[in-house]
Amino acid sequence: MQGKAIKYGDNIDTDVIIPARYLNTSDPQELAQHCMEDLDKEFKNKVQEGDILVVGENFGSGSSREHAPIAIKASGISCIIAKSFARIFFRNAINIGLPILECREAVEGIEEGDIVLVDTDNGSIKNLTKGTEFKAQPFPDFIKEIMKYGGLINYVREKV
Amino acid sequence: MGLTLTQKILSAKIGREVKAGELIEVDVDMVLGNDVTAPVAIKEFEKIGKEEVFDKTRIALVPDHFVPNKDIKSAEQVNIMRKFAKKHGIVNFFEVGQMGIEHALLPEKGLVLPGDVVIGADSHTCTYGALTCFSTGVGSTDMAAAMATGKAWFKVPEAIKFVLKGDLQKWVSGKDVILYIIGKIGVDGALYKSMEFTGNIKALSMDDRFTIANMAIEAGAKNGIFDFDEITEAYVKGRAKREYKIFERDVDAEYSEVYEINLDEIKPQVAFPHLPENTRNIDEVGKVKIDQVVIGSCTNGRISDMEIAYKILKGKKVHPDVRLLIFPATQEIYLECVKRGYIEEFIKAGAAVSTPTCGPCLGGHIGILAKGERALATTNRNFVGRMGHPESEVYLSSPAVAAASAIAGYIVSPEEVE
Repeated sequence: MQGKAIKYGDNIDTDVIIPARYLNTSDPQELAQHCMEDLDKEFKNKVQEGDILVVGENFGSGSSREHAPIAIKASGISCIIAKSFARIFFRNAINIGLPILECREAVEGIEEGDIVLVDTDNGSIKNLTKGTEFKAQPFPDFIKEIMKYGGLINYVREKV
Repeated sequence: MGLTLTQKILSAKIGREVKAGELIEVDVDMVLGNDVTAPVAIKEFEKIGKEEVFDKTRIALVPDHFVPNKDIKSAEQVNIMRKFAKKHGIVNFFEVGQMGIEHALLPEKGLVLPGDVVIGADSHTCTYGALTCFSTGVGSTDMAAAMATGKAWFKVPEAIKFVLKGDLQKWVSGKDVILYIIGKIGVDGALYKSMEFTGNIKALSMDDRFTIANMAIEAGAKNGIFDFDEITEAYVKGRAKREYKIFERDVDAEYSEVYEINLDEIKPQVAFPHLPENTRNIDEVGKVKIDQVVIGSCTNGRISDMEIAYKILKGKKVHPDVRLLIFPATQEIYLECVKRGYIEEFIKAGAAVSTPTCGPCLGGHIGILAKGERALATTNRNFVGRMGHPESEVYLSSPAVAAASAIAGYIVSPEEVE
């Protein structure tokens, strides 16, 4: 996947990714309309299909609301690269089939607006704007398999 | 090397010794969802195409976030849960009038027990670790898969050990202990790890332990867990309707870090906006004026929290510039407050007392902040916009500091209003 980088800092919590005042719905498109609005009112206008979110430490901390990765996915983001993820967000993203990667060096080597090419299979991250390349730790096979099925529900349906 | 308390429970579940870092699939004893997360889970469950849930006695559905229904949309969400519970004969669906805040309710009803593996589609599911079980927050899709299969996948966590020493000072509670620890290790200080509490845990009541385990997630932890002792046993006795199992860590268990926590040194804590790690001792707070005080939530809505608030508020008046909102966490706690005369004193002091709900804790309803307003709350998070407008502020404290501050009109130590 290839897209333009949109960059934020550390400890971005799920309350700013999708504020609780919008949790009385679970419609992905409606949630996407409010994605990131308490952090960056412009997010909804600048995000384009395929863009890549590049973020700091402990991304997605706080509430377990799956509405957070759902809103990000529905807004058009194709992949998230973080220095680290909060653990519930990490599993929620995998479970709904939103590709994520952990790579400290890549986050430091990518600026807002850079064009980034990601291969989640082997963990390769290329910054096409700057001509640099990074390597994220690839996922264990079990997680790769869930991602291959496009999320946990498809995986379970296959196994049941 | 030996196993941590969490690793012992997980090993027993899968019938072999686990290793930190490995991915395992485990049978769960209880699966929980609320009115925010369960509707998403139900939609996902239906995609799996299974006719029945794995066990109708091992699923708990608790509408608590936006109930009593705050608007049409939230009424629709609860209705999805209600219909699903009826269709599948789910025993533990708790309607308004019987419900409470999920993490106060499930232990009270004896639905989560020592030695259990519990998942809940709510981040504060880690609360039940106070009962020496492995309990962790997950998302809606995990909940859906578990409702179908009775299983969940986990990475076996490493652990940090907290060895408690000494006793709590006057006005200091479990809330101060956990805020102090988060201030020390940071909001990602225990990321992906267990927080295991041992040592002089007798200094902590069951309610204190629930509060501490509840906020393990605020340090990024997978779970918080206490040793089992006679205080745990006394709590579980009379509530448990099934067998439970007691686990102990190996004497040579390996920990990534070990902290000694001297309870005697801990003063009442206040977490400043906008992270729970921004803690200060009460005597370093300065004069912070407040517009609203909230006493309640899954962190601090239990009977001992109500009791301390009552002792401080009795015969006093809430400051005219402050709104004080009190939320007993369950119907049982509410009724006990009525019997003990707490509610009468709360009302005489000028507080608004509500039926159980998560309400303002997550900026849901009943007590939303306007732009520029400031609240002191016994809740668990003080993120940007958590209780309302993105330009409002939330400070976190114990019920004692919260009650005293409601009287003073700014954040104070309970000593100052005694």
